[in-house]
Amino acid sequence: MTYMRGTLIRNTTATRINHWITGACFVLLMLSGLSMFDPVTFFLSGLFGGGQSTRAIHPWIGLVLVLSYCGLIVQFWRDNLPSRDDWAWMKAFGRVLVNEEEGVPELARFNAGQKFVFWSMTLLIPVLFATGIVIWDVYFSPYTTIETQRIAVLTHAAAASAAILVWITHVYAALWVKGSMRGMTQGYVTPGWAWRHHRKWLRRLVAAGSRGPTPRSGGRARGP
Amino acid sequence: MADLQSQDYIRRSASTMTPPSIRNHEQEVAKLIDVSRCIGCKACQSACMEWNNLRGEVGHFEGSYDNPSDLNPSNWTLMRFTEWENEQGNLEWLIRKDGCMHCEDPGCLKACPAPGAIVQYANGIVDFISENCIGCGYCVKGCPFDIPRISPVDHKSYKCTLCSDRVGVGLEPACVKACPTGAIMFGSKTDMKSWAGERVEDLKSRGFDEAGLYDPPGVGGTHVMYVLHHADRPSLYAGLPDKPRISPLVAVWKGIFKPLALAGMAFGVVAGFLHWIVQGPNEVQPEDEAHAAALIDPPDGKQ
Repeated sequence: MTYMRGTLIRNTTATRINHWITGACFVLLMLSGLSMFDPVTFFLSGLFGGGQSTRAIHPWIGLVLVLSYCGLIVQFWRDNLPSRDDWAWMKAFGRVLVNEEEGVPELARFNAGQKFVFWSMTLLIPVLFATGIVIWDVYFSPYTTIETQRIAVLTHAAAASAAILVWITHVYAALWVKGSMRGMTQGYVTPGWAWRHHRKWLRRLVAAGSRGPTPRSGGRARGP
Repeated sequence: MADLQSQDYIRRSASTMTPPSIRNHEQEVAKLIDVSRCIGCKACQSACMEWNNLRGEVGHFEGSYDNPSDLNPSNWTLMRFTEWENEQGNLEWLIRKDGCMHCEDPGCLKACPAPGAIVQYANGIVDFISENCIGCGYCVKGCPFDIPRISPVDHKSYKCTLCSDRVGVGLEPACVKACPTGAIMFGSKTDMKSWAGERVEDLKSRGFDEAGLYDPPGVGGTHVMYVLHHADRPSLYAGLPDKPRISPLVAVWKGIFKPLALAGMAFGVVAGFLHWIVQGPNEVQPEDEAHAAALIDPPDGKQ
């Protein structure tokens, strides 16, 4: 991939592929899962070839998502560790919501909202995986009691609903903050975007002479 | 009594529409199993296999008279044998014909996510409509009696139909027909309750003070009822639940949680849209680019 001259690399090609495999799995899981959750969304099972095949395919997609998400954890965990700036950002959240940049602290690669999405999914996906195995009737029903399966099915529904809410937040934030989407499709952002939203990240890249996505990455912010 | 048309449905799984239920002159039916008259001959099991054309795999001896050892997709009813030593130190051989109880408030139907895969007819029979079944196993979790079994062959759930196909043309269920001692009776629920009353009376006169009818109110009553000599302790009979009810976990899941979760998701989407039309997108301004350029290439030439 060649990035546009004078831009910063927000996400490498590998990260983007990894992200979109996860994203595609999540959307498919959401559609198939909702079809088995409520009668009003049962029609979505038609997208997967009917109820039987929806039921059969859903857990396999889940398995792919778990593996894929592990890749995202490996790539993102370090930049998602909590920092002092998170608290300051949360206190300034009212300003963030109204697109007011004054009084919002300078931020490194991720703000507290992005960290919230990361850690929520990092918590919810293992819960969905574990409870999903318990209610994967075809292969695992003999290994647990019916009472355990009842707890699992309720927990699975609750965790899935929470994950969908986090996903809605994630998607909306990407649409709302212009330039973010391109950071995950083509992988680059403009220096102005970095200045506006992740100034500390920009300063570190410039100081390290890196083009991104982290100061340790090779390349220079701007060729001499 | 009933046929198998949708006009006879009073409940239909995963459906927001109430079934038409225009045939409103149907009597509620019931099967009455008088445990005290059962000799454990398994004729009912054979008749069930015969009528429904089911032949399970031949299993192994498990050290008990129960044969096969459990209900399975091709075995919808099962004699369960319990050897119980009573207070006088005498052995009582308790034999219970297990199978679907056809609850008035069916947990399987409540849990089922596939529209029309589980229905209840106006006569009270709870039936699985296999062509709509998706094989998820939610009915297993919904059932308070551990009855439905998922077939590994076609991934559909099976259980006793109360011979809805026979009842629909005015015949009694196959097990009733085959029972040599009259331990299994079939008719309107009212008739069966009054017959059970006579049987309980008789048992009490013979020293079974706690004899009674098992028609558990926790599931709204059942369309398969037992006459038990120890009605105060149903669990003596191979773990028949003392107070069956739909698990609160299933009730919460299918009751309050479902609409709450969907409302939450809808709220999330609407909140996003409102934010979009009120505040609009957050766009990078030319001065942001200018600041960034100055940082990357300082005007004094130093980097």
